[in-house]
Amino acid sequence: MGESNSTENKSKDQNKIGRREILKGLATVPLIGAFLYAWYRKRKYDNLIKSAIQEEVKLNYENPVLNRKVSNEKQIRLGIIGTGSRGRALLKAAGFLSPEIIDDWIESSKESGSDKRYAEFLEQDDLNVVVNGVCDIFDVNAERGLNACANIFRKDSEGDMGTKPKRYKNYKELIAADDIDAVIIATPDHWHGTITIDAARAGKHVYCEKPMTWTVEETYEVVKAVKDNDIVFQLGHQNRQTESYFKAKQAFEKNILGKVNLIEVTTNRNDPNGAWVYPIDEEAGRHNIDWDQFIGPAPHHQFSLERFFRWRCWWDYSTGLSGDLFTHEYDAMNQILSLGIPHSAVASGGIYYYKDGRTVPDVLQMVFEYPKKDLSLMYSASLASNKRRGRLIMGHDAYMEVGANLRIFADSGSTKYRDKIEDGIIDPSLPIYTYTPGLKQVDAITSPTEQYFAGRGLLYTYRGGKRIDTSHLHIKDWLDAIRSDSQPSCNVDLGFEEAMTAHMGTIAYREKRKVFWDEENQKIV
Amino acid sequence: MKNQYSKWQLIWLVTLRVVIGWHFLYEGVVKVTNPNWSSVSYLLDSEGLLKGFFYRLAANPNILKIIDFSNVCGLIAIGMGLMLGAFSRIALWAGIILLFFYYLSHPAFVGLKYALPMEGSYLIVNKVLIELIALIVLSLFPTSKIIGLDRFIFTKKN
Repeated sequence: MGESNSTENKSKDQNKIGRREILKGLATVPLIGAFLYAWYRKRKYDNLIKSAIQEEVKLNYENPVLNRKVSNEKQIRLGIIGTGSRGRALLKAAGFLSPEIIDDWIESSKESGSDKRYAEFLEQDDLNVVVNGVCDIFDVNAERGLNACANIFRKDSEGDMGTKPKRYKNYKELIAADDIDAVIIATPDHWHGTITIDAARAGKHVYCEKPMTWTVEETYEVVKAVKDNDIVFQLGHQNRQTESYFKAKQAFEKNILGKVNLIEVTTNRNDPNGAWVYPIDEEAGRHNIDWDQFIGPAPHHQFSLERFFRWRCWWDYSTGLSGDLFTHEYDAMNQILSLGIPHSAVASGGIYYYKDGRTVPDVLQMVFEYPKKDLSLMYSASLASNKRRGRLIMGHDAYMEVGANLRIFADSGSTKYRDKIEDGIIDPSLPIYTYTPGLKQVDAITSPTEQYFAGRGLLYTYRGGKRIDTSHLHIKDWLDAIRSDSQPSCNVDLGFEEAMTAHMGTIAYREKRKVFWDEENQKIV
Repeated sequence: MKNQYSKWQLIWLVTLRVVIGWHFLYEGVVKVTNPNWSSVSYLLDSEGLLKGFFYRLAANPNILKIIDFSNVCGLIAIGMGLMLGAFSRIALWAGIILLFFYYLSHPAFVGLKYALPMEGSYLIVNKVLIELIALIVLSLFPTSKIIGLDRFIFTKKN
């Protein structure tokens, strides 16, 4: 009896120990349940906020479709006028790069695995074009251009080359050539209008670098020549291909910003190159530069290497900050908001830092009024400060920061979002919408780290290792328009608006007066 | 395993193990539920001696996929392991190695600057390093065979 009792007690104890064992072993398991519950609650809360914001911001995260689908079966024969650094960048965008640069890129990618320039260039679409003519008045640049154009297999200097295109010493001979359908113009500003007019009259399609013109008068002539001769004209504002600008346009059209009343665009640079003090080529001299052709429509001046290489510093050849850098900003805003030509312009500024004999200002402010749209466009530039100020479109309900990425913030005084701000659903210090090309959904709910990177655009640049040159897309857009006989994204009408707006700013600065646009007579007064 | 800890020692050691596990698990789970998450921007923000190594990892899309996948799986598995006290030893050391890589890519050394904003002020010691050292401490004061599934997994059958 006593024995059986003790056995019973023992097994009871063992049961107890067994149960305690199990409890100890499983003690933390309920915490997984607690974790899942907390996570569920967080997800629910996040989704509630997300859907409440999306109710207001009816803007998806899909990539806008940028380019039309056009067969590139028909080869287009190009000529290029001006193969300085910008001209060669456009050749690269069209698929032609000199083998020496490829050598450098290959070398650099061997040193650092993160240099993907050559790999990206190889991935760039074949546009089915051939360059049959190169014109540059500086022999060294002409040779560089010829070498790039001959590199049809995109190889380094060890690789096979195609035949070099013909070199023309005068652009008039190039545009008269029968084996050229279309020309790229990347000359100094004072030649843009004249060459475009001549090329259009010769029936060649034109891709011209910005700004469209150097003088007001030739602006009308360019439009007339392009339209009379029915050619496809593309102005070189490659921002037209930037995905975030398409999204910005959608956001504006969906009235997410409320009444837009002020647009602020800026330029900030702080290095000699950015201030147009470009290096002077050591090989350059009177013997290999056609100075008379360089001068062209500009006032006579004796031979000057400084003027030849740093032409942007003089009104004689340049359009200054307004034509060179403001036009980028203006065209982006015109693309997003369809601004058109302003009613008036005022400007001020000066040569405050680069006292190197230049005539164009290095600090410039311009304000353009659009009374019919009830808004002002303000531009502010400095070539001697790198403080980045970005592009801001300000509305009563929200403001938008536009760059490679797009961020929209609700305004703390907004009428439209007032209730949701009061309810704590919308936080004016966090973006209610962030668009990063190549990424879906970076929103108020996404982790701060990702929002931060998205704001800086780091994700886009390297995502999947693929980065597409917007100039390539812009050239492609022009070629597609030629092949499908349609209008490209920055046609001559938009170019007219760009040129007139820039000229208004320049005249306001140079003549120190308020300038108006006479809409009826299409004149600056 | 014989419990040599006092009651309070055991409670706080287990609590430390569970909260670090919780943190790992949540870091893993948020990455799974975000279809856009990738380690690429973190890798490209690397500084310090191994910067080039992390850049090269980020530059190769295939390697990046493997890193993304193993990072997410690792975080979740380590988190579960620590919380449940299952295969804790492996979880602890995997956690230490993972945190060591995080620290190497973003060491809080003098003169290094990151795009990624830090939420505190750090000089050499940052929260990654502290979490890493806490895991080393936990590996020296194991608790999973007392409170945790390892009690069943590693119990010798007599």
